[in-house]
Amino acid sequence: MGKKPVSDEISGVEQDSLKHDCSIGTILKERGVSRRDFLKFCSAMTAAMALPASFAPRVAQALDEVKRPTLVWLEMQSCTGDTEALLRSANPTVAEIVLDILSVDYHETIMAAAGHQAEELLDKTIADFKGKYICVIEGSISMKDGGIYGTTGGKTHLERARQVCGGALATIAVGTCACYGGIAAAVPNPTGAVGVRDAVPGATVIILPGCPVNADNLTATIVHYLVFGKIPALDGHGRPLFAYGKRIHDNCERRPHYDAGQYVEHWGDDAHRKGFCLYKMGCKGPATFHNCPTQRYNEKTSWPIGAGHPCAGCSEPQFWDTMLPMYKRLPNVPGFGIEHTADKIGLGLLAGAGAAFAVHGVLNALRKDKEPADENREG
Amino acid sequence: MNDSCKFKCYIWELPVRWCHWINMVCIVTLSVTGFLIGTPFSFGKSASDFTMGWFRFIHFTAAYLFTVSVISRVIWSFIGNKYSGWREFFPLMADAGRKKTARMLRYYMLLDKQVPETIGHNPLATAAYVCLFGLYSVMILTGFALYAQHAPQGAMHRALGFMYALFSDQGMRLTHHISMWFIFGFVVNHIYSAWLMDIKEHGGEISSMFSGYKFTVRKEK
Repeated sequence: MGKKPVSDEISGVEQDSLKHDCSIGTILKERGVSRRDFLKFCSAMTAAMALPASFAPRVAQALDEVKRPTLVWLEMQSCTGDTEALLRSANPTVAEIVLDILSVDYHETIMAAAGHQAEELLDKTIADFKGKYICVIEGSISMKDGGIYGTTGGKTHLERARQVCGGALATIAVGTCACYGGIAAAVPNPTGAVGVRDAVPGATVIILPGCPVNADNLTATIVHYLVFGKIPALDGHGRPLFAYGKRIHDNCERRPHYDAGQYVEHWGDDAHRKGFCLYKMGCKGPATFHNCPTQRYNEKTSWPIGAGHPCAGCSEPQFWDTMLPMYKRLPNVPGFGIEHTADKIGLGLLAGAGAAFAVHGVLNALRKDKEPADENREG
Repeated sequence: MNDSCKFKCYIWELPVRWCHWINMVCIVTLSVTGFLIGTPFSFGKSASDFTMGWFRFIHFTAAYLFTVSVISRVIWSFIGNKYSGWREFFPLMADAGRKKTARMLRYYMLLDKQVPETIGHNPLATAAYVCLFGLYSVMILTGFALYAQHAPQGAMHRALGFMYALFSDQGMRLTHHISMWFIFGFVVNHIYSAWLMDIKEHGGEISSMFSGYKFTVRKEK
């Protein structure tokens, strides 16, 4: 999609419908992607899905044979960061493969068509491929006042989500906003923003949280569907287990420093330069489930902890409200002013109790007690 | 000791005393290691050390021991003697208990000079213990819910699924941490009250937790 000429795109409706009959292998061959690059891609996807290497030929065989799926990409209340993550991969060959195996029939940010033309394309796609297309949603959906705070093409995001997700084979919510509402849903949430699962409760929704989503996880989710004919195993939140089944802390490359007791104490100190554990700098790796340490971002170039910054917990529900302060281990205690840590309150509590009992003890020492009356005596 | 306290009375059976002292040792151990886990300093000298690993191992082992001890004490409240029974913990349910509580409260608030000598549990203390066991439950549940995250989809993680619905992950850490301070608050109260009643009641309050015996004016009924 990214490399198609504009004229090709605008006349594209009928042409795309024809291409749906070709297998992915054929399309890649036509595009001049070498067999070697294709197999490298299949191995990378097998690894991303946490399958043994012996599955790579099966992935290759399945991708050779299956028809490429139609995909519709909707933007809701978002910063387009997930689209950016998908498009700005470092290695162009694999990025092209990612885009080529998906027949992205509608994507507001990257499609050439605009206005009524684009809307017609969407209507046609969801009518022609009813029950067969995959819907990807980026951004949160406003629910307050009938969802009036987010509209595209004159329709509220809520209406569009219900219309498009309702007829989809499956909906993939990419990025924390589409999954849990993200920053738009942070307190006080003025637009009543929610994730796709709350906006369209009946739909089959796979969520891929993260800010942004890791494009490899999105591709792997789709490849999983193409290879096995079903959506991957999900956890209680609806996240694929292959990508969200383990805690960052438990797969972190800096974990040995945590277990040893070697911590960064200040930014730029010796320990920071040596790459020690960022636990004391407020790292939320122990509270976050994601495959960042193994999958990394931008063609496995790096990831936050790899670059020396603590994990912000961006793929967890309501992380803007629950994971702050970003550079402290524990949240502040609600109801007490900012910067009141649990320890300060605890020490105050203890001092108060100690003082009260000291006064009580002195008063007791000063007074004269009486022996109890016999009827009051227990033993 | 009061001259007239000439009968010794077996109050605290062996399981009660064991649970008490195991809980104490566990709370001290868990607090020290818990503090080090929450706010470690750079005690590791080399990447092949395992200092934090050992602190966590001790914390988790003590947590299992503590949980077994707390559950055992709850079970014992159904099979032990009347002084350890569950009824003792809800004194306000019976008329005699309500009177006893009122007398105790008046004495504590310095309104009454007559020492309310009790041989089993002090009714105000048992009311505090009910809150304390509530805190223990919070500690055990939040603690094991955080611990179970090392093995997602495992049996413990599934069994504690409701905890992840009730708490955010960081909220669980904060609750676990602040409940420790509430337990410290209880400990101050507990040590002071035991000391006070040991002085006032002349019944051997503190030593009874070692020996099981208290000394009474009248023979046990």
